Amino acid sequence: MPTKIEKDSLTGTNTTGHDWDGVRELDNPLPKWWLYTWLVCIAWAFVWFVLYPSIPLGTTYWHGVLGASTRAEVDRDVAAVTARRAGVMNKIAAEPYDAIRAQPALLEAAQTAGRIGFANNCQPCHGAGGGGAIGYPALAAGAWIWGGRVEDIELTLQHGIRSGDPDARIGQMPRFGADGILTAPQIEQVADYVMTLYQTPRKDAAEADVKAGAALYAENCVACHGENAKGNRELGAPALASRVHLYGGAREQVVAQITQPRLGVMPAWNQRLDAATIKSLALYVHDLGGGE
Amino acid sequence: MFGGRFTHGMIERNAMLLLVLSLIVVSIGGIVEVVPLFTIETTVEHVKGVRPYTPLELMGRNIYVREGCYLCHSQQIRGLRDEVERYGHYSLAAESMYDHPFQWGSKRIGPDLARVGGKYSNDWHEAHLINPQSLVPESLMPSYSFLATTPVATEAIAEHLRTSRAVGVPYTDEQIANASADLQAQGAPNADTTALLKRYPKANIVIGPNADISELDALVAYLQVLGTMVNFADTSTESLQQ
Amino acid sequence: MSDHTLQAMPVVYNEEVVRKFMIAAMFWAVIAFTLGTYLALELTWPTFNLGYSFTNFGRLRPVHTSAGIFAFGGSMLFGTAMHVVQRTCRARLWGGPALANFIFWGYQFFIVMAALSYVMGYSKSREYAEPEWHIDLWLTLIWVLMTIVYVGTLLRRAEPHIYVANWFYLAFLITVAMLHIVNNLSLPVSFFGAKSYSLFSGVQDAMVQWWYGHNAVGFFLTAGFLGMMYYFIPKAANRPIYSYRLSIVHFWALIFLYIWAGPHHLHYTALPDWTQTLGMAFSIMLWMPSWGGMINGLMTLSGAWDKLRTDPGLRFSVTAVGFYGMATFEGPVMSIRSVNSLSHYTDWGIGHVHSGALGWVAFISFGAMYYLIPVLWKRPAMWSQRLVAWHYWIATLGIVFYITSMWVAGIMQGLMWRAYDSFGFLQYSFIESVVAVHPFYIIRMIGGVCFLAGGLMMAFNMFMTIRDPQDSRQGFPSGLAVAGE
Ligand code: HEC
Ligand code: HEC
Ligand code: HEC
Ligand code: HEM
Ligand code: HEM
Ligand SMILES: [Ca+2]
Ligand SMILES: [Ca+2]
Ligand SMILES: [Cu+2]
Repeated sequence: MPTKIEKDSLTGTNTTGHDWDGVRELDNPLPKWWLYTWLVCIAWAFVWFVLYPSIPLGTTYWHGVLGASTRAEVDRDVAAVTARRAGVMNKIAAEPYDAIRAQPALLEAAQTAGRIGFANNCQPCHGAGGGGAIGYPALAAGAWIWGGRVEDIELTLQHGIRSGDPDARIGQMPRFGADGILTAPQIEQVADYVMTLYQTPRKDAAEADVKAGAALYAENCVACHGENAKGNRELGAPALASRVHLYGGAREQVVAQITQPRLGVMPAWNQRLDAATIKSLALYVHDLGGGE
Repeated sequence: MFGGRFTHGMIERNAMLLLVLSLIVVSIGGIVEVVPLFTIETTVEHVKGVRPYTPLELMGRNIYVREGCYLCHSQQIRGLRDEVERYGHYSLAAESMYDHPFQWGSKRIGPDLARVGGKYSNDWHEAHLINPQSLVPESLMPSYSFLATTPVATEAIAEHLRTSRAVGVPYTDEQIANASADLQAQGAPNADTTALLKRYPKANIVIGPNADISELDALVAYLQVLGTMVNFADTSTESLQQ
Repeated sequence: MSDHTLQAMPVVYNEEVVRKFMIAAMFWAVIAFTLGTYLALELTWPTFNLGYSFTNFGRLRPVHTSAGIFAFGGSMLFGTAMHVVQRTCRARLWGGPALANFIFWGYQFFIVMAALSYVMGYSKSREYAEPEWHIDLWLTLIWVLMTIVYVGTLLRRAEPHIYVANWFYLAFLITVAMLHIVNNLSLPVSFFGAKSYSLFSGVQDAMVQWWYGHNAVGFFLTAGFLGMMYYFIPKAANRPIYSYRLSIVHFWALIFLYIWAGPHHLHYTALPDWTQTLGMAFSIMLWMPSWGGMINGLMTLSGAWDKLRTDPGLRFSVTAVGFYGMATFEGPVMSIRSVNSLSHYTDWGIGHVHSGALGWVAFISFGAMYYLIPVLWKRPAMWSQRLVAWHYWIATLGIVFYITSMWVAGIMQGLMWRAYDSFGFLQYSFIESVVAVHPFYIIRMIGGVCFLAGGLMMAFNMFMTIRDPQDSRQGFPSGLAVAGE
């Protein structure tokens, strides 16, 4: 048999006597530090098993002598941070905006809550700093669809716009093209007219078309967008005589909107955010630069 | 340990013994950790509201799986204060009990999606999936515009529900029989949705810009249901102890 | 070389299949590194996703992980396992050349099918097990055949004892078979379609997947490569293994404990607390058994450290063992729940993965290959030792770039996500953390370019070594002549 124990010349340790394709093994003992560190790890693990939920036992498990539970702990942690903020947040929820503004501590807290709330929830639609995007109104521009007082904003946030919430703001522009209310040439004409309101008139638009558009406007659009195209906040009809546009100022965009309005949706936040956070957000949005 | 060198020498001389012993040794941990998850009753919490996915949501989910969204997005809000504040109530086992396979993920290149349902509008999701940077300039997310031009596969939808039932999702005969109709009702313009909503409460109606229901519409339907099934307002925290 | 080997009858080993596996491994290594670098580019500038379905990050990432683990790693493991088992058993492969050849091509077919299926949009979304059911079945067949060949060869061995490298290779083969079969249990929607639904759901599915996922690390990326280490380090250093007793203890401890550690991938999730405790505690107990392998590898060099100066190939193997020690220290630390609450979901994990994947898996493979290529093709040495040295330094630099940038990025993400301001509100939005890590993604990408450059040098060196007709030793009988050199 192969056992031919030799002494390794370099270290003076015995080999085990085997040889596989020239590979041999030394018969060194387990390193002491290694063994003891391992035993400490094992001992530590068993202490942990005793202290914490660990061993499964059929239809239940060992709950541990500390009674620890991740879920109970996170509930406590959230409760603790909520309690820490409760002082200011309860006041923000309860007091009118004027009173909040009058107390620097409250205002600062509201602005902080508003800043992070906005970045986490609103920025993907309304852009950084409320700059807006096509279909998502700029909030810093002072061109409000539904109203720019902080109370209006709060209402918008609570229930959203066409969100399905029973108290949502709902403005319904008819589908002039899709439902055949106006013909395609008529839509082009009214768009040419609207472009003049946008103060970006089309250079090659025929004057007759703009005139016809104005007439069509008076017939079909005034009811919502108003006599001088200043919009109607009751109906959520944006001002057209403005440089700020929800769906963009290019002619195709205007035509598309009249043909088949997008009727964008803003979610309701009252299910996701608490009252104080919504008020903080309203203040924050109001103070982005466009508030009334 | 292991009876000293002599005994181990025996193992070393017997390949089948080595194989069998190794197999026994590597089997133990898995059995002890997996089997009790089926036998311990509190593992999956008893909460109301969790329902099987609608046919369109299920197809959307399959697209999510296939495209590898889980490689960037988790769907698992951990029981940690900051996660609960950022994303909402920590995820329950019950919320993924009909998920074959689970999609908890292991990396957050993008944010958690466990409760993204209802956070944005269908329009937003559509625009975002087509061109994420148009809405979030700093985003790392790829464009999924090709989903908008691919109609969702509808032929085998009943078969998908039936297979899901075979692995444990409680689809009823009625749901399977109406799979195709329900899929159309959730995504096609001007469809009657009453029957759909009766079979699948809170289903989000997704109507894309095209007559055909696209893969994008299906994916949005899935995203919009994420995290919306359980009503936490009337769920006590004690009932969530596992 | 001890004398009984010399006296033995010469055995004509099947080296043809080993050569094939080495070429395949080199090929897949370059693919894996290229794709990794491309993914790093996509995460740095998302326009590189190009807008096509098949170039999207989500579809390419599994191609990268599979190319790294299964194609490169798997070809290395199968090839070296077939080499080592023949040499240390003094027996020809059981089943003959045809079966070995079938395993080679069958395995390569599996890899190509898997990669194509991901880019075409078929995926089970189980990390490291993404192939759909029909590919799973094919792999099962190949795997079982490989195991049979392996065990068959062990059974016909001429050596009375089974060498420790073979314990590890065997544990790798049978455990991965078990993991693969259970984790992939699923029901196809139709016999002719690819789509299937997992048999498990939700929390149980998560546990099964990470039982698999963690042990893909433990048995594919660890046990298998330890087998490689146990043969190639003593061969290249021409020194005996440090401690036989340590081999025994750390082998059994490693394979027993590894299996339990899966829940450390699911801390604070809806997996019940008791399971998480087990996952954490077993990970801690796993630390020393892992280091047992490192000690046995490093201490084998005691008395022969000077060899590192002359043999750059051995330098790879030794550095690999160092990285192995580092990754298996970092792993248990990350398994501690409070640490994991910070590290999970972040790039810290990605850094950890690549200190294992690049530092350990790839480096131990490079070391084995630099030893094996001259042996297999009967050349006195690699075509250029200097190129090997260059490869070593540029690859090491690449790893340093990769893992340090990911540590910083990961810890920064973890801290930003949980940062609170003085009022107790979250301080940062998610997207701010995305912006913050961008510079580190650039550094990671540069690391990838370095590592890839090293891989290309190696491929070139390998090509030149094989092609070079000079110094050929055609006259030697295959096998024994080279053994022990
Ligand atoms: C899914 C996208 C989306 C998200 C998220 C979103 N909004 Fe909006 N928001 C809209 C759209 C669309 C409108 C305009 C709807 C309309 O009237 O046509 C709007 C309108 C508003 C308005 C009314 C503007 C006006 O001119 O009257 C305010 C104020 C507002 N959003 C604030 C917020 C705040 C604050 C948040 C975060 C808590 C938020 N929004 C989140 C889509 C969104
Ligand atoms: C019943 C009320 C109503 C009528 C009538 C109506 N609109 Fe509107 N309009 C709205 C509402 C509400 C919106 C915002 C809709 C949205 O988000 O899609 C809007 C938006 C618009 C916009 C987009 C504004 C921007 O800032 O981008 C244009 C342009 C417009 N309307 C033009 C018209 C024209 C032209 C007509 C007549 C042909 C008309 N509207 C008739 C309610 C109306
Ligand atoms: C390469 C990584 C990556 C991939 C792959 C990816 N995403 Fe994203 N995703 C991101 C990033 C980064 C963000 C955050 C920035 C943003 O909103 O675009 C994000 C944001 C999102 C959001 C908004 C979440 C929120 O709460 O603001 C949704 C929804 C989303 N992704 C869905 C998907 C879906 C569905 C897929 C697969 C079809 C996908 N993502 C694939 C990186 C990715
Ligand atoms: C040039 C070398 C490499 C580069 C640049 C690289 C890059 C990357 C990138 C960018 C990712 C995605 C990270 C993320 O999702 O955030 C990744 C993931 C991964 N890579 Fe690599 N890689 C390289 C080599 C390898 C090798 C050789 C292996 C395997 C042996 C490997 C195994 C993996 C694994 C397992 C993951 C998934 C990690 C996880 O999900 O946690 N990589 N790699
Ligand atoms: C004692 C040894 C080890 C332990 C205890 C360990 C532990 C861990 C932990 C805690 C994670 C992070 C889980 C998470 O938060 O998501 C992880 C991830 C990972 N580790 Fe290790 N690790 C060890 C060794 C290694 C080695 C040697 C490799 C070799 C490549 C490796 C590869 C990986 C991979 C690929 C992942 C990513 C899994 C994913 O996709 O999320 N690990 N490991
Ligand atoms: Ca991962
Ligand atoms: Ca699979
Ligand atoms: Cu692990």
